[in-house]
Amino acid sequence: MRIMSEQFSFSDLRELFAKANEEKSGDQLAGIAAGSERERVAAKRKLADLSLDEIVRQPLIDPDDDDVSKLILESYDREAFMPIKSSTVGEFREFLLDDATDAAEIKRIQPAIIPEIAAAVTKIMSNKDLVLAAAKIRNVTRCRNTMGERGVLGIRIQPNHPTDDIAGILLSAFEGLLYGCGDAVIGVNPASDGVQSCGAILRALNRLVTTYNIPTQTCCLAHISTQLAALDQGAPIDLLFQSVGGTEGTNRSFGITLEMLSEGRDRIIKHHRQRQDGSWKGENVMYFETGQGSALSAESHCGVDQVTLEARAYGVARAFDPFLVNSVVGFIGPEYLFDERQIIRAGLEDHFMGKLLGLPMGCDVCYTNHAEADQNSVDNLLLLLGAAGCNYFMGVPCGDDVMLNYQSTSYHDAIGVRRIFKLRPAPEFLMWLTEAGIYRDGEPAKLAEPARRQLMKGLEWSLEDIH
Amino acid sequence: MDGHFNKLVPNADSAEIVRRVKMHTPARLLVGRAGAAYRTETQLQLREDHAKARDAVRAEFELNTAFHSEFIEELKLFEVSTRASTKMEYLARPALGREFSDESRKEILRRCSPASTVQIAIGDGLSALAIQSQVPQLLPLLVEGAKKSGWSIGQTFVISHCRVGILNEIGELLKPQVAILLIGERPGLASAESMSAYMAYQPSRFHSDANRNLVSNIHDRGLSAPIAAARILSLSAQIMRLGISGCTLKERQAMLPSDTDR
Repeated sequence: MRIMSEQFSFSDLRELFAKANEEKSGDQLAGIAAGSERERVAAKRKLADLSLDEIVRQPLIDPDDDDVSKLILESYDREAFMPIKSSTVGEFREFLLDDATDAAEIKRIQPAIIPEIAAAVTKIMSNKDLVLAAAKIRNVTRCRNTMGERGVLGIRIQPNHPTDDIAGILLSAFEGLLYGCGDAVIGVNPASDGVQSCGAILRALNRLVTTYNIPTQTCCLAHISTQLAALDQGAPIDLLFQSVGGTEGTNRSFGITLEMLSEGRDRIIKHHRQRQDGSWKGENVMYFETGQGSALSAESHCGVDQVTLEARAYGVARAFDPFLVNSVVGFIGPEYLFDERQIIRAGLEDHFMGKLLGLPMGCDVCYTNHAEADQNSVDNLLLLLGAAGCNYFMGVPCGDDVMLNYQSTSYHDAIGVRRIFKLRPAPEFLMWLTEAGIYRDGEPAKLAEPARRQLMKGLEWSLEDIH
Repeated sequence: MDGHFNKLVPNADSAEIVRRVKMHTPARLLVGRAGAAYRTETQLQLREDHAKARDAVRAEFELNTAFHSEFIEELKLFEVSTRASTKMEYLARPALGREFSDESRKEILRRCSPASTVQIAIGDGLSALAIQSQVPQLLPLLVEGAKKSGWSIGQTFVISHCRVGILNEIGELLKPQVAILLIGERPGLASAESMSAYMAYQPSRFHSDANRNLVSNIHDRGLSAPIAAARILSLSAQIMRLGISGCTLKERQAMLPSDTDR
């Protein structure tokens, strides 16, 4: 490939894919990034001319060495792939953006798209392309409520506490509800990975949801084996959480296998059928988190770039029909996503790739204090992803996670982004908010005295010792 | 202007509730709102706390300004550096923070005697402020405790632009039984003073995080210095007794003072 007078060659697809990426410190750290902007664009041009079939036929990671590759190649819809197989990546980009390509059209081909194709087309799309194409796609999921319909924006309440103090967790959760948050899930990252504290958190959140009859899901984001051990001890589980990555080695570093995910999912579906306390809208029972750079951090990237590996993590998630999936885009730190520009790009890439692959994509729009970013960076990505039709964001009190020590989006941001884009909470949840007097006419209400008194009682209740 | 109901702040009769909420969680609750945004005081407080966190990350460690001269003299502290020569390089290239510069390696070999029972080193990590605030309280307790146990203690030094993986090179250079690295944690929005202690048994270049034990959250509102010292010393003793460190070793917490005694 010639750009100006320079000649660039790429020895294999792995190198071509890596060099076609927008600049990321993680790809540079792995030593696989383009050496110059001219080399980057040469790679993009060459990638644009590649056919989708060539990508399927030349796996970046050998399926004999990696069970994620195997899963991907065994599970895509070959019949649906036939009509698009000879398209080039460049033509595929135009197809996705075309006026005539609507939501139904994209839905038809979703099962035919393998993660490497989603990654390839992403590499030749601008930030606005990623928003435009993603905004066409709605992926709807159901557990105790319905997430992802057009016009709906969900929020996860993330009421973390540095020592897993139950009253502290409930207080944070309670205030989130008053801001109309919590329809995606009320989900706690525990400070300790113990089975006891995981069970205590699950029971407390379940008590909150059943006492107030709230149509939403709860979750304790401990390791999958910890959650299942808590289930064995009688704790109720709505959503089974796990972090997943795009290679077998990354998942091994997370202490999981694909079989564990499959068995865990089966157990939770069975558990839901046996439970008396839920009115279940559907059987999407998994919650996955991902993030660019996790494979490199686990030294299991196999020489593949972080955008492609992230898409492969979605390939893993897709196999288990999740209720929620989100990238934790700014959490990993500047070694992988250096600054606001890279975090924003990654957030848009992740959301688009997930949506294209059929996932109910949300995003933890966030940053750490050693990255070149601040709360304005969060505002920017939040608004871009709001425009892109992101399924849900995080709700953290004032964006300050006092356990994980990073900043995400807040309860206030939830009201803000819903107002700007005229979005509502999940339908069942909105009905509850309205009945409780928290919402009126689709907006946060000025609380009338009886509702206010009732909610203050709720706060008091949270303060009781309920260990 | 919204009425006070809409600010979601309990009104005057509820000051007691606000007080009790704050006893249960450091989360920023009951701050009210200005429409779909923060009230001005909240907005500026968040900016102030982020500014402090950023300053803590960027602050370069300097031995003579970080610690009192008596403290430095008493412990004969000296400063070395990793191969990361600037903070920026340190952030962008993690591998450089896991190796000593050639000059530092020579200085360590010149000033430290090898094969001690316990070798303590101090690293700035992501918060020079954290080690500045925690080390003067914690280090004397560790030294005193180690002496009581009859352990020989290597000469302590301070490492700038330091990552946890430097433990491996400390192990290769000085061959201690147990190496302890006190290192500044990534600052949160309101806590730039939190420090961790990483411990490893006979660390070598083959060690990863799986071979290390960790006592984290050492700061005034987390683990106090006496409790942290007790845990580090007890873990060190366990590591020596079993001849292993890392994820296969589970800390025996029952014997330690309770974390709630603070």
